[in-house]
Amino acid sequence: MHVDPEIIRLLAFLVGVIAFAALNAAYLVWLERKEAAHIQRRIGPKEVGPFGLFQPLVDGIKLMTKQLIVPAGVDPVLFKIAPILVMVPAIMSFVTIPFSETLVARNLDLGLLVIFAFASVNVLGLLLGAWGSRNKYAVISAARVVSQNVAYEIPMLVTVVTLVMITGTMNLHNIVMQQQGGFWHWNILNLSASPLMPVAFLIFFVCMLAETNRAPFDMAEAESELVAGAFTEYSGMGFGVFFMGEYANIVIGASVATILFLGGWDCPLGLFPGVHWFLIKMYFLIFTVIWIRWTFPRTTFYGLLNLSWKILIPISFFNLILTSAMLKVF
Amino acid sequence: MIDYLREIISGTWSLFVGLGITIRYFFQPVVTVQYPYQTLPMTPCFRGHIELTKDEETGETKCIVCGMCQKACPSNCITVNGEKREGVKGKVLTEYTLDFTKCSLCGLCVESCPTAAITFSKDYNLAGVRKEAYIFDLKKRLEAKN
Repeated sequence: MHVDPEIIRLLAFLVGVIAFAALNAAYLVWLERKEAAHIQRRIGPKEVGPFGLFQPLVDGIKLMTKQLIVPAGVDPVLFKIAPILVMVPAIMSFVTIPFSETLVARNLDLGLLVIFAFASVNVLGLLLGAWGSRNKYAVISAARVVSQNVAYEIPMLVTVVTLVMITGTMNLHNIVMQQQGGFWHWNILNLSASPLMPVAFLIFFVCMLAETNRAPFDMAEAESELVAGAFTEYSGMGFGVFFMGEYANIVIGASVATILFLGGWDCPLGLFPGVHWFLIKMYFLIFTVIWIRWTFPRTTFYGLLNLSWKILIPISFFNLILTSAMLKVF
Repeated sequence: MIDYLREIISGTWSLFVGLGITIRYFFQPVVTVQYPYQTLPMTPCFRGHIELTKDEETGETKCIVCGMCQKACPSNCITVNGEKREGVKGKVLTEYTLDFTKCSLCGLCVESCPTAAITFSKDYNLAGVRKEAYIFDLKKRLEAKN
């Protein structure tokens, strides 16, 4: 029997991507707890395995053994489909992310567009889950998530459009290839294209925090106000899948930031480029995301929307105009 | 317009200052003490239940059975008894019982003692299932220490 090697390759990538997403979700929880602990000068998980390294596995087993309670009065279809709608797009986005020059499942010409198309489905999943839960806290959370994501999608996409104007391509592989040869070639320091590129990176990063519902923009969960927000009625692995989706989205966000602004798998000094540099940059960004969570308190909802509409959107539009002017002139 | 930009820049800067503070804490050593495995020395001012002190020269208790502590105790939790013995000057302590279930750790007994025969112990690991376990025979405890 003849099997197309391309199918085997895709299957291997599928298994690899799901394993990568699940492993990241598990160990980012561990990283989050450890980092939070050390920022507060505590120890963090330490009992299960060396440095508490088996804690995520034990947590996973606990979540899997718990009953999946479907409360009376929920919409049975939406309630069950919502965690999948959060998880699947996150895994889909991994398809087009190039981890190194050769390590990519499918190098699409519109890779950037694919990622942003799938990333916005995440909000739909949260909205449906919250609406289907028939819980007032969940519905408040859903309303917040939608308005927050509408607000932050705009500066993020305007920044990305600016970047696409500079690179001239949406192919993530080509975007990275244009940044090869040391950190002064990276888009974050591409000052000849636009002197505001570091600011653009900051805007992108802030929007990524808001899009993934991370603190200080964790309006969706807001555990001190809304119980657990959209996840209030979920138990066991339903909750677990939501969480895996959230962490997978953080990994996607950090990966996209790495590719667009930090040169992907390129070494800062032009030596030994490879997948390890991609992972170092990505995990540094994730470390920063967690670091921000344990530094700043949650903003108010008005502060959140004001930041987007009054600061991020005007600045990103100004950057867009400045970049297009500079591209035309030089 | 100037104010708008100034607010953005100073606001962004303050965020970085905040991040700087937390990352400094991140690299500082942890201060948690893992209690059952590690313990801290108790401070000198710690007021545990009372216990008898011993005379450094004789190794015996300094108590002269004057009964001042018994009288000073507002909750009547101290019982002191002594007897006259041949060839010994003063009274000899035969019983010193503290009913810790009633003690409020006010320390009036320690204050009233003329010979500094009682002091606060540093014992804080007190847990039990029977009330009788908290009627301490301080004389026995002192002898057990010797």
